[in-house]
Amino acid sequence: MIPLHWYLLLAAALFCIGLYGVLARKNAVAILMSIELMLNAVIINLVAFWHYLTPLVASGQMFAIIVYVVAACEAAVGLALVISIYRQRNTVVAEEIDLMKW
Amino acid sequence: MHLETLAPLTWLIPLPPLLAFFLIVLFTNRNKALSHTVALVCMLTSWALSWYLFFQVVRVEHFGHEVIESAVNWLPFGSEEVGTEALKMGVLVDPLTAIMLFFVPLCCVLIFVYSIGYHNFGKPRDAHDMPGNPPHGGIEPMYSRFFAFLSLFACGMLTLVVADNLLLMFVGWEIMGLCSYLLIGFWYAREYPDQYQITPRQASVKAFLTTRVGDVFMMLGIVYLYTITDTLSFREILYNEEVLHHLAEMPSVIVGLPAAGLIGLLLFTGTVGKSAQFPLHFWLPDAMEGPTPVSAMIHAATMVSAGVYAMIRMYPLMSAGWHHGSPLTAPMAAMAFIGAFTALFAATIAVAQNDVKKVLAYSTISQLGYMIAALGIGAYVAAVFHLMTHAFFKALLFLGSGSVIHGVEHGVHHTHDHIDPQDMRNMGGLKDRMPWTFWTFLIGGFALSGFPFITAGFWSKDAILGGAFEAGQWVVFGTLALSALLTAFYTMRQISLTFLGQPRTKAAAHATEDDPIFYPIILALVPLAFFAIAAGWVGIPNDFLGLQLGEINWIHEFVGGTLLEHPPAEVFNIIPLLTSILVAGGGLLIGWWLYKDIKANQADPLEAPLGPVYTLLKNKYYFDTGKYKTAAGEYGDNLIQALFVRPTVWLSEVFVSIWVDKNTIDSVLHGVSLFALNLGTAFRTYFEKPVINDSPDHLANGVQRFGRSIRVIQTGRIQQYLVVIMVIVIAIGATLFAVGR
Repeated sequence: MIPLHWYLLLAAALFCIGLYGVLARKNAVAILMSIELMLNAVIINLVAFWHYLTPLVASGQMFAIIVYVVAACEAAVGLALVISIYRQRNTVVAEEIDLMKW
Repeated sequence: MHLETLAPLTWLIPLPPLLAFFLIVLFTNRNKALSHTVALVCMLTSWALSWYLFFQVVRVEHFGHEVIESAVNWLPFGSEEVGTEALKMGVLVDPLTAIMLFFVPLCCVLIFVYSIGYHNFGKPRDAHDMPGNPPHGGIEPMYSRFFAFLSLFACGMLTLVVADNLLLMFVGWEIMGLCSYLLIGFWYAREYPDQYQITPRQASVKAFLTTRVGDVFMMLGIVYLYTITDTLSFREILYNEEVLHHLAEMPSVIVGLPAAGLIGLLLFTGTVGKSAQFPLHFWLPDAMEGPTPVSAMIHAATMVSAGVYAMIRMYPLMSAGWHHGSPLTAPMAAMAFIGAFTALFAATIAVAQNDVKKVLAYSTISQLGYMIAALGIGAYVAAVFHLMTHAFFKALLFLGSGSVIHGVEHGVHHTHDHIDPQDMRNMGGLKDRMPWTFWTFLIGGFALSGFPFITAGFWSKDAILGGAFEAGQWVVFGTLALSALLTAFYTMRQISLTFLGQPRTKAAAHATEDDPIFYPIILALVPLAFFAIAAGWVGIPNDFLGLQLGEINWIHEFVGGTLLEHPPAEVFNIIPLLTSILVAGGGLLIGWWLYKDIKANQADPLEAPLGPVYTLLKNKYYFDTGKYKTAAGEYGDNLIQALFVRPTVWLSEVFVSIWVDKNTIDSVLHGVSLFALNLGTAFRTYFEKPVINDSPDHLANGVQRFGRSIRVIQTGRIQQYLVVIMVIVIAIGATLFAVGR
């Protein structure tokens, strides 16, 4: 088998890419996509640990599915928010949504 | 002992008039007849008691050695341990008091009767008469008040007479001062068109204040006496050889003056005020603003003689250390000088007066000067004698003048000829129109002048002149003789101008005595006229004209018993007798001859020969004339104005108000307040504002500015927030990782 840390590195790389996307993308939907990427990286991490450390217990898989469910809800809510903001401000560029400033 | 039983009666003598005062003031005020009845009945009671006492006492042998006395403890601060006795108040009747009790209540009763007629009792009230102004023929609106005041006055006088100590005497003295003020200002609302003519209200204040000046010194004398002798009782001080000797030897605060001398001078100052001697004489002529019964009672017969009575009473003190032949003590010298001077001074002024009452006022001042001068040279009995006879004839003269004024006022109302009814130049010829008044006034005037042998004034004045001659006091003798000449002159002048000749105005031509109001008036005049003649016969010297007449000089015998040593009887000398007759007769003759037939608007016969002297006399030596018009038509100041009024006004308006108050005191105050203001402002500017007031502001501002500068990090951009979070998380993680290792 391939060593565990390769999966961890993959997860980390995906997490960083997702982090970069959250911090640097202009479009709000793209930010949401990046968040999903981060979540997926976390799930890969979870599954890797499950597979390599406690493969016989089903709780790892359960945990991963729960995370997916939560991610999906959260994506739905996020998109609803973005649509609502677009209706107000007619833009999805994150930089332009800056009303809550001083 | 017989005398002890009379003591309670003595206590009662001053009380009925006091009761009358309260009854009238509280209850009978509205009923005029009841008021005068109450007053008269009470006065008659006092009079009856006084005369009963008098006639009991004259029969006692050596009365004076034994007296009626009775006293109660009044101030309880005497104690056995300290050795002081309680201050006692009480009554004393010795020969001097007995004489006073003879004539004082009698004069009071007669004046009460006179007042009933004078104030037009029986006439209806005139609708135009308002209280506070003299009535125009109707009954006096304040009738009851008059009798109330008069009763209170009688109470004061009788208290003074029967008092056995200086303090009670002083109480009576002050009560009379108050009543004098109330009665002079009786017509309080009376005003005159000439603003410089003194109104009754001003005159009453003037009288009170002037006598006050004297009273202050008298009080000082009383207090000083008390501090030395620890008592004020007459018997204990004046009838006591050791006390008198002690006082005469003891030095006082003034070098060269024994204590008796200083006390005597201080007490004499009280008399100078009360008995209107120079220089405190000027209130008495203006006191004539009061109704005539007041002038008669207070300013002729009783109150002013109270001053002389005080001196007579204190004579042993004044003459402590003196005996016949030695030089006069200080108080005696003062009395002799001031008395003689006043006698002459006032007589000269009286010569040039035109108001009938003013002549009598100056005459009173002059005669009081006689009495004081008599005491000053040691003629004790003569002074008492003259006091008694003077009361009778002066009261008679004043009451007569009141009757004349009423008669002329009658004429004024009938003829509507509005002249001053008191000015003698508007009278004349009243002899036939007012006979009763004329004859009684003539008797009084002759008594005043000292008409030889038949009038009382002759005997008493002769006693004084004889005393002066015998004591070798030539200056006093000469002054008094000259004043007697002037007295006779101005008296005859007054009688001639008023009664003789032809009436000079229509009002005088219609003057009359026929009105019913004159009945009480005449009823009062007649007894006084009787006494003005008869009262002198009790003092005829034993060796008159060299004849041995036996013990007929009753008054010398009786009154002399008041003193410790009976004064020696005067040796008769023909010179004072001749002088008396000469000056009296001469003065009367000249006066009659000059004034017997003065026509209307004719100038006074003295004006031409005397010239500026006449003006000086008429204006009373410019001592206190209201204001007088100078030749240029301006108003000049009189002496009192220049000496006292102007300096006092200057003192208050310039010195105190401006220099002291505004410049000095206010400057200090303003300085203090400016200092406080500056201190406060500096404190505020340099400490409170920057430090306490502004520093919180600066703090707040600083915080605000800091906040404003910091808040820019809150851009609202979410991605920037996330970057910051990431950096901090990495930092915390690295720290924890490093620490955990």
